[in-house]
Amino acid sequence: MSNSKNKIIELKNVSMTFRDSDTPVLNNISLDIHDNEFVTLLGPSGCGKTTTLRIIGGFATPDTGDLLFNGKRINDVPPYKRQVNTVFQKYALFPHLNVYDNVAFGLRISKVPEKEIKQRVMEMLEIVDLAGFEKRTIDQMSGGQQQRIAIARALVNNPKILLLDEPLGALDLKLRKEMQIELKKIQQRMSITFVYVTHDQEEALTMSDTVVVMNKGEIQQIGTPQDIYNEPVNAFVANFIGESNILPGIMHRDYLVEFAGNNFDCVDGGFEEMEPVDVVIRPEDITIVPASDEVLNGVVETVTFKGVHYEIVVNAYSDYWIVHSTKSANVGEVVGLSFTPEDIHIMKKSEMPKITRYTVGRSEEA
Amino acid sequence: MNKNAKWAAGPYLLWMVVFVIVPLILIGVFAFTTEAPFDLEGNRLTEEEAALLIEEQGEDAVENKTVFTLNHLFEVSEYLPVLLKSAWLALIATAICLIIGYPMAYFMSRFRREWQQVIQMLIMLPMWMNFLLRTYAWMTLLEKNGWINRFLGLFDIGPFNMINTQGAVVLGMIYNYLPFMILPLYSVMLKIENTTIEAAQDLGAGSVRVFTKVVIPLSMPGIASGITMVFVPAVSTFIISRMLGGGTNMLIGDLIDLQFLGNAYNPNLGAAISLVLMVFIILCMSITNQLDNGDEEMEGKML
Repeated sequence: MSNSKNKIIELKNVSMTFRDSDTPVLNNISLDIHDNEFVTLLGPSGCGKTTTLRIIGGFATPDTGDLLFNGKRINDVPPYKRQVNTVFQKYALFPHLNVYDNVAFGLRISKVPEKEIKQRVMEMLEIVDLAGFEKRTIDQMSGGQQQRIAIARALVNNPKILLLDEPLGALDLKLRKEMQIELKKIQQRMSITFVYVTHDQEEALTMSDTVVVMNKGEIQQIGTPQDIYNEPVNAFVANFIGESNILPGIMHRDYLVEFAGNNFDCVDGGFEEMEPVDVVIRPEDITIVPASDEVLNGVVETVTFKGVHYEIVVNAYSDYWIVHSTKSANVGEVVGLSFTPEDIHIMKKSEMPKITRYTVGRSEEA
Repeated sequence: MNKNAKWAAGPYLLWMVVFVIVPLILIGVFAFTTEAPFDLEGNRLTEEEAALLIEEQGEDAVENKTVFTLNHLFEVSEYLPVLLKSAWLALIATAICLIIGYPMAYFMSRFRREWQQVIQMLIMLPMWMNFLLRTYAWMTLLEKNGWINRFLGLFDIGPFNMINTQGAVVLGMIYNYLPFMILPLYSVMLKIENTTIEAAQDLGAGSVRVFTKVVIPLSMPGIASGITMVFVPAVSTFIISRMLGGGTNMLIGDLIDLQFLGNAYNPNLGAAISLVLMVFIILCMSITNQLDNGDEEMEGKML
C-alpha cells in the first residue's frame, strides 16, 4: 500500500565501518522509506539498525553510498538542518529544563513566537497525556512519562520523519504494550513517517507497515509483517521472527522435499534437484495427533504452560520439534506430528551458522 | 544502617570541633577583645594613666585585663583598599582561569578515554610539585635577568619589567589555581551525555546554541565550584603576592601575615581582618551559588 506513495528517504548502497574496527557495521544497504509509512528496523544487537537510524538523523556519515531526502542527497547536511526528529534510546531529555521547556526547546530554537509555542506545547502534552505536568522537573517523572516527553519534544516540531531508537526498551511489558498502541495511533493521526528501531520482533509485527530485518550489517528481508512472518526468505529471518523449527532438508524436485527421514509434499519450487535446503515449520502449524504410520512420530520431552498455549517439545527423528498447542500432552508419550504442505516453508541454505534450533520466550526479553 | 555505624564519624567530628570550631571561636574572641590596663581597684586606665601609675608605684600597680572592643574592626576599615585590591586581582585571575579552563575541560571531556587520562595527569602533575618551588620558578622566569627577558633579548626585545607587578601576581594565581578550575568543570562535563547534545542538534540547535542552551546550563554547578575553588585561595594568598609582587603589592593575606608573624605584631587586629575576610568570602560565595538558579535538586544531582 505504501509503495504507491512518494519515497521520502532513500538509502543507496550505504556502507560504513567504525574507525577502530575492520568489519563493516553496514554493508551495502539500500532501503526506500515512503510518506506516512511505519518502518521498523528489526534485528539483534550489533546488526546495524541503530547506525542506519543515526545516518538518517545525521549523527553518522556513511563511508560510501547516498542518503536521499525527497530525492535530494543529504549526506553532508548536519542534523540541525534536517527535517527529522529523533526519540533517543534513553530519551536524552534536558535535565536542566522542566517538562514544558523540554518540549518547547525545538520551537524556541526555530524562533516560533512564544504564544504559538505555548499553544503547540500544550496541544502536544495533551496528545501524550501529560497535560498538567508542565512545571515538573524531569527527575520527578517516571520512565513511561519521560518517554512520552521525549516523543512530545520530537513531534511538536512537525517533523517529516520521526526516528525512534528502541524507545520502549526501558519500560515494563504492560506499559510497553500500551505505548505500542499509543505510538501507532499518534503516527496515524499525525500522518508522519516513523522509522522505528527495535530488537523485539513482536513489537515490530504489531506496529509496522513495513519490517526491515537486518543481521550483521545487511538487510535480510523487507516486507509487511505478514510477509516476514509467513514467508521468511531465510532461516535467520524465520528464526528471528517468532519461534521456528528449522530442519536440514533436501529438495528432490519441485514440490517434494525430504527431511526428518521422510518425503513430504510442499508448495515451494524453483530449487535445483537434490539441493540442500532449510525447512521451516512454525510451532503453531503443527498439530499433535495420535501416533500412526501416516505421520511423523516422536516422544514428548517437555511440556510448558505458556498461558495461551502449551509449548510441547517433541523428540522426533533425533531433532527437537517445538509445538504450540492449546491441548496438553504427557511427557514420555509417543505422539504424531501433523502438518500440511502449506505449513512447510522451504528456503535456501543461509550462509550464517545456526544460532539456536529454537528460541524460547524471545518476546519477554528486555 | 547499623545503629552503631554512625560512631565511625566520631573521629572526624572530634577533629572538626578541636580544629575548626574552637579556632573559629578563638578568632572571634581575639577580634572583639583587646588588652587594657586596670589599677588594683578595678578602674580602667588610659595608656598615659597606666604609664604614670607604673612610674609612681612600680609594675605591680597596673594589671592588664582582656576587654571587649570594636576598635579592631573599625581599624580594619582602614585596610579596605587592600581588601578590594586583593578581591580585584583574585577576580581577574578567576575570570582568566574560567576562560582558559572552560573550553579545555569541555574538549577534554569529549576526547577518547585514554587521552582524557593523559591530559588529566598533565594538569595534576604540577600540583604534586611543591607550591613554593613552583612560585620560585616563576621568579626566575620573570626576573629582569630571568629566562623570559633573556630569550626576548636574543631578538633585541625588552627587557621588560615583569616581576614585582600586579600582572605577575595574577599570573602566579592563574598558574597555581588553574587545575582547581579545570577539574570540577571536567567532572561535571563528563556527566553531560553525548545523546543530550545530539538531542539539541536534532531539535535544530547549531553548535553555538548547543553550547549556550545545553552545555553551559548543565555545567553551571562546575562553574560555581570552579570559581569558588580558585577565588577563595587567590583572594587570601600571601606567598604569591610576596614572591611575585615584591613589597609593593601587599594583599590582604600579607596584611594578616604581618599581624601574626611580622613586625606589626597585633594578633587581635589580625584576627579581626581574618574575620572580615571570611565574611567577605562567604558573601562572594553566596552570590556565586546563585549561578545555579538556586536549583537545589539539580545541584545535588550534578555534584
